[in-house]
Amino acid sequence: MQKLMSDIQKLVSIIAMRRDPTNAYLLVILAGLIGIFSLILSGKFFSIANLQSMAFQVPELGILSMAMMIALLSGGLNLAIIATANMAGIVAAAILTHFIPEGASGAVLMLIMAVSVLAALAMALLIGLLNGWIIASLGVSPILATLGTMTLIQGLNVSLTKGYVISGFPAPILFIGNGVLFGIPVPVLIFAACALLVSLLLRRTAFGVSVYMMGSSEKATRFSGIHIRKMLFKIYALSGFLCGIAALVMISRFNSAKAGYASSYLLVTILAAVLGGVDPFGGFGKMMGLVLALLVLQVISSGLNLLGLSGHLPIALWGGILIFVLFLNILRARLGVGRV
Amino acid sequence: MPSHISFWEQCLETSEESSADAMEREDKGSFLELQNISKRFHGVQALKAVDFSLLPGEVHCIVGENGSGKSTLIKIISGVYTAEPGGEIIIDGVSQPRITPAGSIKLGIQVIYQDHSLFPNLSVAENIAISHHLQPGRSLVNWKKIRDMASETMSKIGVSLDPDRLVEKLSIADRQIVAICRAIATDARLVIMDEPTSSLTRQEVDALFTVVRDLQGKGISALFVSHRLSEVMEIAERVTILRDGMKVGTYAASEIDDRKLAYLMTGKEISYSSLTEDFDRGKVVLDVKNLKKKGNYRDVSFKVHEGEILGITGLLGSGRTELALSLFGMNPPDAGQIFVDGKSVRLHSNQEAISEGIGYLPEDRLTLGLVMDQPVGDNIILTVLERLLNRLNLIDENRRRSSVARGIDDLNIKVSEPGVPVNTLSGGNQQRVVLAKWLATRPKVLLLDSPTVGVDVAAKTGIYGIVRRLAENKMGIVLISDEVPEVLYNCHRILLMHKGRLVGEYLPHQTSEIELSQKINEG
Amino acid sequence: MRGKTGIFFKSTEFYLLLVITGLVAILTVATEDFFTLENLFDVLVSYSFLGIMAVGLLVVLISGGIDISFTATATVAQYVMAIFIIRHGGGWWLAFLIPIAIGITLGALNAVLVYNLRVHSIIITIATLNVFYGVLIFVTKGKWIYSFPDWFANGLRLFEFSTVDGIVYSVSLPIIVLLGVLGMTGFLLNRSSVGRQVYAMGGNLDAARRMGFHIFRLHLFVYCYMGMLAGMAAVVQAQLVQTVAPNAIVGRELEVVAAVVLGGASLAGGAGTLLGTVLGVTLIAVMQNGLTLMGVSSYWHKVVIGLVILVSVSITAYNRKLEERRHAEIDV
Repeated sequence: MQKLMSDIQKLVSIIAMRRDPTNAYLLVILAGLIGIFSLILSGKFFSIANLQSMAFQVPELGILSMAMMIALLSGGLNLAIIATANMAGIVAAAILTHFIPEGASGAVLMLIMAVSVLAALAMALLIGLLNGWIIASLGVSPILATLGTMTLIQGLNVSLTKGYVISGFPAPILFIGNGVLFGIPVPVLIFAACALLVSLLLRRTAFGVSVYMMGSSEKATRFSGIHIRKMLFKIYALSGFLCGIAALVMISRFNSAKAGYASSYLLVTILAAVLGGVDPFGGFGKMMGLVLALLVLQVISSGLNLLGLSGHLPIALWGGILIFVLFLNILRARLGVGRV
Repeated sequence: MPSHISFWEQCLETSEESSADAMEREDKGSFLELQNISKRFHGVQALKAVDFSLLPGEVHCIVGENGSGKSTLIKIISGVYTAEPGGEIIIDGVSQPRITPAGSIKLGIQVIYQDHSLFPNLSVAENIAISHHLQPGRSLVNWKKIRDMASETMSKIGVSLDPDRLVEKLSIADRQIVAICRAIATDARLVIMDEPTSSLTRQEVDALFTVVRDLQGKGISALFVSHRLSEVMEIAERVTILRDGMKVGTYAASEIDDRKLAYLMTGKEISYSSLTEDFDRGKVVLDVKNLKKKGNYRDVSFKVHEGEILGITGLLGSGRTELALSLFGMNPPDAGQIFVDGKSVRLHSNQEAISEGIGYLPEDRLTLGLVMDQPVGDNIILTVLERLLNRLNLIDENRRRSSVARGIDDLNIKVSEPGVPVNTLSGGNQQRVVLAKWLATRPKVLLLDSPTVGVDVAAKTGIYGIVRRLAENKMGIVLISDEVPEVLYNCHRILLMHKGRLVGEYLPHQTSEIELSQKINEG
Repeated sequence: MRGKTGIFFKSTEFYLLLVITGLVAILTVATEDFFTLENLFDVLVSYSFLGIMAVGLLVVLISGGIDISFTATATVAQYVMAIFIIRHGGGWWLAFLIPIAIGITLGALNAVLVYNLRVHSIIITIATLNVFYGVLIFVTKGKWIYSFPDWFANGLRLFEFSTVDGIVYSVSLPIIVLLGVLGMTGFLLNRSSVGRQVYAMGGNLDAARRMGFHIFRLHLFVYCYMGMLAGMAAVVQAQLVQTVAPNAIVGRELEVVAAVVLGGASLAGGAGTLLGTVLGVTLIAVMQNGLTLMGVSSYWHKVVIGLVILVSVSITAYNRKLEERRHAEIDV
C-alpha cells in the first residue's frame, strides 16, 4: 500500500512537472470519468452497444475539430467549418439523389457515387481556398473573413435546399457512415486515418513546422523565408478539405443532408481543441491532445445519455471541464511550472 | 603584482574622487536621494548598497549593462519594487519609508517607458490628461478641463500638437512629447526616460533635448537610462555607472568619453583597433548597380567582396534599412541591377533572396528575427526547412537534429537543450540563435542590420568576433549600423548614406570616430 | 467634439451613413411599402432586440474582450422571469428586475473567469455559453412557456397616436427600452469616467495597468453591463413574441457580432462607437427589410448579408494595408 501511494505521488509529480502536461491531465480525467461511469452504470458502459455508439459519434465532431485545430494552430480561426461541411454535404446529396437514372447498373452507380464524393471534397476545398484568398490577399483577419463566408455559405445552403432535407442515398454510400470493417466502424477508421495524416503533416513536414511558427509570430516567420500567403491558402484549404470529409461521414450516417446540421458543433470544436491543449492564440497543440479531449467529451456525453440525463447537460459539463482545465493551468503557472 | 598598470587604472587612481562626487557631497538640497539601496530576487543580488542623488532641474544619465541593476533601480525609485531594509529613499528632504507606484506619481516621479504607455486609440488631449479619469470620486468627464489641461501643458514646454489627433497617428517622436506632457500634467518633479532616443532622427533628438532643457529651466529633473552614450552625453550633466548591481561611480559628463564609459561599465579594457584594408580580398560576391526605389533610395551602387565586411552607416531615415530589405527581396527596387556571384538576380521575395545566398538579420531581432515562444531548435532550422526533406518530402529527423546541433555548437549558444523556448535565453544568446539560423542557409552575403542594439558591451565583442570569423571564411558581410565605433572598428570599408543616396566612402584607418560622426550628422 | 469633422468624413460611420442613405433611397423608389410609417415602426420594433444586444457587445469589444455567452444569459433570464411572473405575478418593475439581476450575475461570473484564467475571452465565454445553456435546458427540459399574464401581453405604450389611415402607433416597450439603452450607453461611453477608462484599457492594457487602472473592476463592469443589457433584451423579445423558447435566441450570437463589426468596432479592442453600432444594425435591418419587401425570398437574405460583411471587412482591411504602406515610406 505504501509503495502504491508513493508510486502515485511520483506519477502525479511527473505529470505536474512536465512542460506540457495536457495529455497527462486528459488521460487522468478520462480514466476518472470512465471509472465513475462504469461504477454507476455497472456493466452498461462497456457494453458493445455503447462502445459502438460512441465510436460512431466521435468521428464527425472529431474531423471538424481537426479542421478548426489547423486554423487555430496558425493563429487564426475558421468559423465557417460547419457551413462548409453542410455545403459539401448538400452538393454530394444533390448528385446522389438527382443524377441517378432509373435502374442504373452497378458500374454507373459506382461512378456517380465517386463523382459525388469528389464533388463534395472539391466544393469544401474551394470554400477553403476562398477563405484563404480573403485572408491572405485581402488581408482580412481570419475571424472576420470566416464570419463573412460562414454567413454567405449558410445563406446559400438554405437557398439551395429551400429548407428541405435531401435524403435517400444509394446503399453503398451509407457504408461510409454506418459500415463496420474488421470490427471497427468505418467512421472511426476514417477519423484515425485523418488524425494520423494530419499529425504527420504537422510534425514531419516543412508545412507543419511553418504552421506552428506562424501561429506564434507571423512577422518573424515571414522574415525567415516562409511564404505566408501560400501558407494561409494551404492552411484554410486543408481546413476546408477536412470539412468535406466530415460532411461525407455525416450525410451517410444520417442518409440525408440539410442546411443546418451540426450548427451547435461550431463552438464545441473550439472547446475540444482548447481542451486538447491547442493554444487559442496559435503556435501550440498536438493531435494526441485533441483526440484525448474528444474522447473525454464523448465519454461524458454517452455516460450521461445512459444515465438518462441527456439533452444539453453534457454540453454544460463540457464547458465546465474546459474551465476546470484552464484553472489547472493557472495553478501550475502560479506554482512556477509551465507556460501560461 | 604586475608592474605595468594599465592606462585606465592610472586614470582612476589619480583622482581620488571625481568632481561629480564632490558635487554630491555639497548636498545642495537634492530632490532625490537614495542611500544604501539593495535588492535581492530569489538569490540574485540585483542591487547592492547603491547611493545616488539627483538635484532639482538636473539631467542625469544612468548607464549600465543588462543585469547591472539599472532597471531595478528605476523600479525602486518609481515604487514598483521595494528596497531591502536598511536602504533609505529621501525625496525633497523627507524620508519615504514605503513608495507605491501610485504614491510615487503623487511625489512627482513619472516614468516614461520605451513604449510610452500611451493609449493609441485616444486623442492627444485625453492622453495628456488621463489622470483626470483616475481622480478618486470622479464619475463624469469634464471635457473642457481635459482640453485646458492639455493646451496648458503643451504651452508650458512650447510644443503644439493637434489635441484631437489620435495618438496612433503620431510619429514616435511626437508620442514621446505627449508622454512627457502627460508627466508634466501631473506636476512631475522628476521624469525618468527609458531609452528615449533609440528611434528618433537627429532633428527629433534635438527637439527632445530642447524640451528637456526647458524642463530643466522649470526645476524638473530628468533621469535618462540609455545605451546611446554619445547622444545622452550631449544633454546629461552627470552620469552614474552601475555594474553588477553596484555603483561604480558618478562622473560629470565632461569627464568621460565612450571608451572610459565602456571600461567602467564592464570592468574590462576593450581594445579597439580597426581592420586594415590589406586582407585577402576575394572575388566580388555582391554587385549592386544603380539601384533605385521611389521614396527610399536612388543611385545606389557598390560591391562587396568575399571576406569583406562592408559598413553602411547614416542617420535614421537615410534609407539604410530599405536598401537592406531590397537586397533581401522584401522591397523590390524600381530600377537597377543586383548580381550575386556574378549572376544577375531579380529578388521579389525573401525566399528568392535566401536561395540566391543572401541572409538578413533584422534590427528588431525580438519581433522579426526570432519566434520567441518557440524552441531554439525550430528557430534555427526555420530558414532551411526545404533542405531537410527526404524523398517523401518529410523532414529527415537525423538531418534536423544535426543541423540544430551544428548551429548551437558553431555559435556557442548556451542552452540546456534545443527544445527550450528562445525567450528563456539571454539577449546575447538570442542574438546568436539569430545568427545560427542565418548561417544554416550557408549564405554568400549576410546583411546585418544594427546587430548589437540592446546587447551588452561584453556580448557585443563576442558577436563581433563571430562576424570576423565569418568574413575570414569567405562570406561577404554588410554591416549596417549607426553606432560609429561599431562600424569603425569592424569594417574594412564604410559607406555613408544620407537621404537615400550614398554620399561617401571611407577607409577606417584613414578616418576617426569624430570625423565620421561629423560627416554623418552634417550629411 | 469640435475639430473632429475632418476625422468624421473618413470614418466607418460616414461610409455606413452613405450606404444606408443610398439603400433607403433605392428602396423608397423600388417599393411603395418601404418608406411608410407603419413599415419603419415595424422594423424599429423588430430590430430593437438586436440593437440592444449589439450595444452591450460593443462595450465588451471596446474593452478588448468579447462575449459569446449573452444569448444564453438572455435565455436564462427569460425563463426565470417568465416562470416567476406567471406564478407570482408582479409588475413591469419585476419583469425587468429579475432579468437584469440574472444578467449582471452571469456577467460577473464571466468577468471573474476572464480576468483570472488568462485565456482569451472568446474561449471563456464559449465555455460559459455551453454551461449556462446546458444547465438551463437540463432544468427546464426545453419546455416552451407561453401563458403570460395579460399585463405582460399588452406591453407598455406611450405616446399613442393615430394617422389618417386609422392605424394606431405608439412608442411601445421595445422602442422605449432601445432608446433608453442607447441613451445610457451613449452617456457611458462619452461622458463617464468609467466609459473612457474602458476605451483606454482596450487601447493598451499594459499602459492601463501601469497607470493604476483598476483592471478587474473594469472587467466586472463591462461583462455585467453586457449581462444587464442581455437581460433587458430578453424581456423585450419575450414581450414581442409572447413566448419563451430555448433556442429562440441561442445560435444568433454571430449575427450580433456581425452587426457590431460592420459598425466599425474592432475585435482587438479600443475602437467602436455607439453611432457605428446603431448604423451597423440599421444597415442589416434596412437590407433585410428591403429584401423582404422586394419579394426576395428569405432564403437569400443571409447570402446578401454575408456578402455585405465580406465586402465591408475587405475594404477596411485593404485600407489598413494601404495606410501601413504609406506610413512606411515616411517613417523609416
